[in-house]
Parts: sequence; C-alpha cells; structure tokens
Amino acid sequence: MQGGLLLTRREKIKAINKETCVVLLLYAIFFAWWYLTAYGLGGGDPAEYKFVFGFPAWFFYSCIVGYIGISLLLWIVIKLFFKDIPFDEEEENDA
Amino acid sequence: MLDRAGMLLPLVLYLGLIMGIAVWGSKVAQKESGTKGFMEEYFLGSRSMGGFVLAMTIIATYTSASSFIGGPGVAYNLGLGWILLSMIQVPTAFLTLGVIGKRFALVSRRANTVTFSDFLRARYKSDFVVVLASLAIIVFFMASMLAQFIGGARLFESITGYSYQSGLLIFGLAVIIYTTIGGFRAVVLTDAVQGVMMIIASIAILGAVVAAGGGVANIMESLRAVDPALLSPQGPNNAIPKPFILSFWVLVGFAILGLPQTTQKALGYRDSKSLHNAMIIGTFVVGFTMLTMHLVGAMGRAVVPGIKIGDLAVPTLTIELLSPFWAGIFIAGPLAAIMSTVDSMLIMVSAAIVKDLYFHYVAKNKAELLPPRKVKIMSTLVTGVVGILVFLAALKPPALLVWINLFAFGGLEAVFFCPTLFGLFWRRANSTGAICSMLFGCGAFFWFNITKTSIAGTTAIVPTLALTTIVFVLGSYFGKPESEEKLRVFDL
Repeated sequence: MQGGLLLTRREKIKAINKETCVVLLLYAIFFAWWYLTAYGLGGGDPAEYKFVFGFPAWFFYSCIVGYIGISLLLWIVIKLFFKDIPFDEEEENDA
Repeated sequence: MLDRAGMLLPLVLYLGLIMGIAVWGSKVAQKESGTKGFMEEYFLGSRSMGGFVLAMTIIATYTSASSFIGGPGVAYNLGLGWILLSMIQVPTAFLTLGVIGKRFALVSRRANTVTFSDFLRARYKSDFVVVLASLAIIVFFMASMLAQFIGGARLFESITGYSYQSGLLIFGLAVIIYTTIGGFRAVVLTDAVQGVMMIIASIAILGAVVAAGGGVANIMESLRAVDPALLSPQGPNNAIPKPFILSFWVLVGFAILGLPQTTQKALGYRDSKSLHNAMIIGTFVVGFTMLTMHLVGAMGRAVVPGIKIGDLAVPTLTIELLSPFWAGIFIAGPLAAIMSTVDSMLIMVSAAIVKDLYFHYVAKNKAELLPPRKVKIMSTLVTGVVGILVFLAALKPPALLVWINLFAFGGLEAVFFCPTLFGLFWRRANSTGAICSMLFGCGAFFWFNITKTSIAGTTAIVPTLALTTIVFVLGSYFGKPESEEKLRVFDL
C-alpha cells in the first residue's frame, strides 16, 4: 500500500467521468466549427468566394484550420486535464 | 516491362519488411505459458500496446481501401464538398478512445476479458448475447475482408498491369501468413508500420498532384472553370445535401463508438499514458490521411481530367504523375491500409471461433480440456484456414458475401452500438435489452437499406440507431435487472 500514490476506485471513476465530459465538449467544438464555417462561409454563390492560400475560405477554415486546431487543442487539453490512472493495482485499496 | 518490374520492387521489399517485423514481434513476445496465457498473448498481445502503436492500429482499422480509392474517387467527381464530408472523421479516434478507452481498460482487467465478446459476457451474463455477437463478427468480418481483398487486387491490377490473381497472391498471402504466425501482436506492430506507409504514400501523391497542377490557386481556378460547384460544400447539382452529410456523420463519426474492431483495441493497451498519446497521434494522423488523399482526388480533376470511373481516379493519377519507383511506393500505401484492416478482422474472427465459441462452449472454459499445445495449434490453424477461405473466395467472389459487405460497416454498428455503450453507461441495461436490440438492429438496418426507405433524407443508419436505442431501453425494462453483485466490475 503506497497510500496517497494510489487512487481509490471512486477517485478513478470521478477522473474518468471528467475526462469523458472534456472529450465530448471537444467533439462538440469541432463539430460546430466544422459545420458553421463550412455552411456559413461556403453557403453562398461559389462565384463570390474569398480565397485563402489558394483554397476557398470555407474550406480553408473548416477543413484545414479546424483539423489543425482540434489537434492542438486536444494536445493541450490532454496534457492539462488527463490523469494517469493505474489500471491494475486497485483491489488492495478498495473500500 | 522494365517499368512494371520497377514498380514491384519497392512493394516486394515493403512486404518483406512487414513479414520481418511480424516474425520479430512474435519472437520478442514473452513466452506465455498455459492455455489462458497463450490466448491472452495470441488474441490480445498480453495488453502491451504503447501509444504510437495503439494510435496506428486504431487508424488502420478506420482507413481501408475506400480511404485511398473509393473516397478520393468520389471527391474527383464531386469536388471539395466530399472532403468536407470525409473530415468529420477527424475526431473519431479521440472520441472512441476518450469515451470507452479507460472504462474498457478497467473493466477488462477486473473481469479478465480477452475479447470483445468476453466483455459482453461479463456485462450481460448471457450465452445468447455472446453467440449472437460472435456470429455477427464472423459473418460481417469475413464479408468485409473479402471486399478488402477484392479492392486491393483490383488496385494492384490497374496500377501495375499484372493480373488480379497475382496481386491477390502477393499481398493476400502476406497478410494471412504474418497474422497467423504472430497473432494480435504482429497485427498491431505491422499496423504501426502500415500507418507510416500510408502517410508517406499520401504525401507523395499529393505533392505530385499539386506540382503538376501548378500550385493550389491554379488548380482551384481550373476546377472553377469546369464547374464552380466543385468548390462548394454541397457539390455539383446539390449532390451532397445536408441530411446526407449528417447521415454520413452518424455512420463514420459517431456510431463507430460501437465498432468491435476498435473496441477490441481498447482492451489491449498498456497504460493511461499510451491512451493519451494514442488520442493525440491518432487524431492528427486520421485527419492528415483523410485530408491529403481526398485533396488528391478533388484536385486531380484539374490535373488529369476526363476519368470516367471514380475508382480509377487515384490509379490513373498514380500512373500519369509518378515514376514507376514512386508508383510502387504509393501502391504500398493503400495495400497497407487494406492489409491492416484485414489483419485485425482476421485475428478477431479467429478469437471468436477459438476463444468465444470453442473454448467456452466445447471445452467448457476448462484449461485441462484444451492444453496449451493444443490451443496453440488450434488458434494458428483457425487463423490460417479463415484467411485461406477468404483468399479463395476473393479469386471468384461469391455474390452473397459481396452483397453482405455493403452492409457490414453499418450492420456492425447497428448490432453493437447499444450493447457496448449502454453496457458501460447504464446499470439498468440487461441481456433482454441487448438481445432485442442486436436482432432488431441488424434486421432494421438491412430492411431500411433493401427497401431504400429514407426518413427526412437520411440514410439507413440514422433511423436504425434511433430505433435500436428505443428497443434496447424497452427490452431492458421488460427484462430482469442484472444483479448488483455481478455488476460490481462495471462500477464506473
């Protein structure tokens, strides 16, 4: 028994639930960005599109910025919020 | 003639490398003693996967022949809108791993589950659920493997000019051999290499397309000259309407939470850190491959116009734009995607037959009745035989299996989505609900597809999932709750 080092079952479950909420939130952010930039900027007449780096603006923001953005955001969020949960040694300090 | 041989060289070298890694992997594996020890190693790699390997093997199961051939082919015809659609798969890796990853890891260690069906058995305590699950896995996976083999052999034929049969022989046998010898460990190790190969291949062909088209701005200008709608999210003649793109989102961006190919991988990784890294790497790589390969298809239209059949777009671009050597490198990419999709399924079919059906029901879960030597021979034999059966079927594809494959992806989701997620998140879920939703889900998905019944413009997966959820909940309330004591391992 290493006391404080090990998480109890309850603490693990709490951490896992929090992480799930964070993941779902990130997913919602990506989906909203993907949908809104694509149809918001790209819904009109293709003749009037603005271009960024050669791509139509809607495509650039939705598919390229959205993709790179979510990758970076995910990386930050995981480093900040995700706990290193041990999977094995739980029975010994189980209440 | 020389050109064609030049194309084969990198491919053969690559296959040699893959086989070498598989053999090395199985040698490195700690020698597990005992029947259960052997099965845990052969079907699950003794839960040793690190982050990079987990990421790559998850990606490998998502990216198949369609990511390299079918998808870009449609993008060739419909333009940027189809890339938008494909990009909804970007968050799938972190969604799946983030939602079920740690829960599966905890449950599978508490209940000592090796296969996905073991997980269902631990949760629902029902033989009917397990047998149903095993049968669904065997039928749908064999049909999907067949389709992957056919796709790979056709691609090989159209790029190299060698026959369909010789292509099948080269990569089909390679994947069967390394999976049979090395088991799950060889599957995931080679998946990691295959994933890297896919990235290299997609960069090579995208670079060639952009260079040949004189830069992105030029290419977009040419596309606009062909049809301005190629640059819009909805495509020419509104070919990609919103209900369709949202149905596709449900199919590949959401319901994949229930896909057993990926949940199986969530049983086999080492620790939290592996999972975290896999989420980051997986998301980055899925997005990268989707974006580059679909861009190749869409922009390819400006560079090599007039390709009539979508599936021929990528092979034609490869031949026109790449030197034979690079074409050989490129073709290894989609073949890698195919092999890495097939190997996971092959090992799972074998696990379903040996572990879930034979060991549990014929050997009555007693290691004495199935000594280590015997289980080893049997597992290897079953993996090999299933592989060979699919291989032989691909030589002369039976219409029934080809037809089943059309529904395999969605069918697996329809069958497994509710039992997996409700099993993890809802304590009231029980075997009655699971059985009802599995049978109903499979039936409904086929029915919606065959009758082409569409509700509000959506495709079959949307009403199927909605209905199976209702069926699952109703069934669970009709049935008896599972006892609290048995649910102890599902304390999440």
